[in-house]
Amino acid sequence: MDLNTLIPQKLKEKFPATDFVISDYKDELTIKFDKIFILDVCRFLKTDVDLLFTYCTDITAIDWATRKNRFTVVYNLFSLKHSFRLRLKADVDELDCKIDSVSSIWKGANWQERETYDMYGIKFNNHPDLRRMYMPEEFEYHPLRKDFPLMGVPGSLPLPKK
Amino acid sequence: MDQLENEIHPKILEALLSAKNDYTLDDALENEMVLNMGPQHPATHGVLRLLLRLDGERIIGCVPELGYLHRGYEKMAENMSYYEYIPHTDRLDYISPMANNVAWVLAVEKLAGIEAPKRAQYIRMMIAELARIASHLVAIGAFAMDVGALTIFLWTLREREKILDIWDILCGARFTNSYTRIGGVANDAQPEAIAKAKWFIDQFEPNLSEVEQLINTNRIFIERVDGVGVLSKEDAIDLGFSGPNLRASGVEFDLRRNVPYLCYNEIDFKIPTYTEGDCLARYFLRLDECRESAKIVKQILDKMPAGPVQANMPKKVLPHKDEVYSKMEELIHDFMIVNFGINPPEGEIYHAIEGSKGELGFYLVSKGDGHPWKCKIRSPSFNNIQSLPKLVIGHLISDVVAIIGSIDPIMGEADK
Amino acid sequence: MGLEAYIKDTGFLTTQVNALIAWARKNSVWPMPMGISCCAIEMMAVGDPKYDIARFGSEVMRFTPRQCDLMIVAGTVTYKMAPVVRKIYDQMPEPKWVIAMGACTSSGGMYRSYSVVQGIDQFLPVDIYLAGCPPRPDNLLHALMMIQDKIGKTKASQFKNITIDDGGIKVPELNVIQNN
Repeated sequence: MDLNTLIPQKLKEKFPATDFVISDYKDELTIKFDKIFILDVCRFLKTDVDLLFTYCTDITAIDWATRKNRFTVVYNLFSLKHSFRLRLKADVDELDCKIDSVSSIWKGANWQERETYDMYGIKFNNHPDLRRMYMPEEFEYHPLRKDFPLMGVPGSLPLPKK
Repeated sequence: MDQLENEIHPKILEALLSAKNDYTLDDALENEMVLNMGPQHPATHGVLRLLLRLDGERIIGCVPELGYLHRGYEKMAENMSYYEYIPHTDRLDYISPMANNVAWVLAVEKLAGIEAPKRAQYIRMMIAELARIASHLVAIGAFAMDVGALTIFLWTLREREKILDIWDILCGARFTNSYTRIGGVANDAQPEAIAKAKWFIDQFEPNLSEVEQLINTNRIFIERVDGVGVLSKEDAIDLGFSGPNLRASGVEFDLRRNVPYLCYNEIDFKIPTYTEGDCLARYFLRLDECRESAKIVKQILDKMPAGPVQANMPKKVLPHKDEVYSKMEELIHDFMIVNFGINPPEGEIYHAIEGSKGELGFYLVSKGDGHPWKCKIRSPSFNNIQSLPKLVIGHLISDVVAIIGSIDPIMGEADK
Repeated sequence: MGLEAYIKDTGFLTTQVNALIAWARKNSVWPMPMGISCCAIEMMAVGDPKYDIARFGSEVMRFTPRQCDLMIVAGTVTYKMAPVVRKIYDQMPEPKWVIAMGACTSSGGMYRSYSVVQGIDQFLPVDIYLAGCPPRPDNLLHALMMIQDKIGKTKASQFKNITIDDGGIKVPELNVIQNN
């Protein structure tokens, strides 16, 4: 069966209580659901023998800036067996900026979640080592948020004297 | 210990000291040393900082620190149009600049629904493969130089200069050339460029064999890199490895074959794979990939169709300069595209190509504007460096240099 | 540097000695390649057989600052990297010169963003600004030739950190590593 229909069907069988929003824009399957199910869904997708999404390509977040749920965490997964790409999305609110970490499922997700934390400020629960990735540790802001200006905040990064 | 705490940030120190070891000493730091292989180092292939925790000369903990070349690519992408961003993508993986251009315009074309003509696709394939050869030449040269064989670097750079000459004739710049455009390429490939490419491919194979003969049977080289930095197949997939490093660990996976883009399904090529997963396997794999890429370029030069090199979609693709200066419609379209952007429909895509370091992908979210709402660059070097702690622990300091050289990270794309 | 500091710039013989020392110094400029990003690749290309830098006496690209006199800052300098560049610059012994290679070091280049220093002359004294993104290797060789001219014309008394008084020469403290 075509994976585009198999995956939503399997997910609905395994997790009947969750509400999956499926979309298929330009032949890319995207599944959106509530953030509390992220660990179970990812574990199922990785270990199920028909699906085998063993490769975590990318984890990032989108800042919508004006919606009620300000951030959306996006997981791009890939199945080597079927050469199939899948995208998972979960909304995160600004006030409760936390989501479970999937670094226990894919080791490669470790640094990608750290980068998302550095750029957006979204904290990942049970992450083994949540530090900043690119900016120095003393930096107080999260650069990729839409309210951070492109040229930065003057004085937020120190410079040696001439 | 006090001085240590002053110089290293406490969180990094905590990560470093929490590495597990099976030594039972009363005072844990009696024999141990923290070595800072700093951002400025001849062998770290760019500005990568490694904090190593050593027991004698053996490494028991490693924490890489990135961010010394973080230039704010993703934030800048949100503020400029799709066309304006093409020169920025050059500087991502700056050893193979053409490949990044191709990746970006393919992603934007997928988002906007534009299809480039056949000849443009063949030219893009040719330059992407030449970029792969150029990148692997530097990787081999730098790897050999790190391990001690200095001559290899000069010889491979000599070959690379010939590729840069081809690009110079093709588009005017030998390095960081923003040659591709949305909807095609900037200008047609001149006959001199094609002839020079043919000449280069013909004399490339014997020169590469000459380079190989210097070190392939050299006992010092082999003993220095054989069995060093082994990564098993499951670990490689789990850690998000891609590209030559993944194929050297036994996974036969190549985006050109499994998720074909451009016209790779019309070209016949093999995917070299090795199963050992150590530095020597990665070195041999890069040599094999150079040869395969040379074969691909030869087939492309034979099969190149004639035709236009830019798509004919006036509202999305910049028209030709002659027409802009002489006709009214084209002038209006040029003005609209340059000032307001190409305005792809609302949505998001992810598109990846097989770059020379691995899977280089762009995740673009569009809200209907001329500039992306979000652009995420999935850089292969970022994910490859993530495996360094796992590869390095248990080896000596001099092996760290060999391992970094064999993974071949480029900090420009790892730090974005 | 010790001997010529005794020489006061007067007299025919001392100007010839000055000229000899300047000639020796300018034809063996040892660069310190602070290669950070893309310009570093063009700096590597300057060392390859096509654009030979060895004919200028400068192929000794030792990565240790204690042995070099010219620092070529090649690549974008971010705020995180700036203290490192400054530390390396302080570790170089006098006399030293700096080439700001490329657009990123001269003025921030194409990166007007929150993390890039808009020109390294905000924290380093620069002698030559080299335009280009990246500058061709021929450009870098031209900059090197201009530095050589500059060195050839510099007299001993113009070097910084040397004071000559009646009690002899006061040698500067050999570059304490700054804890900034």
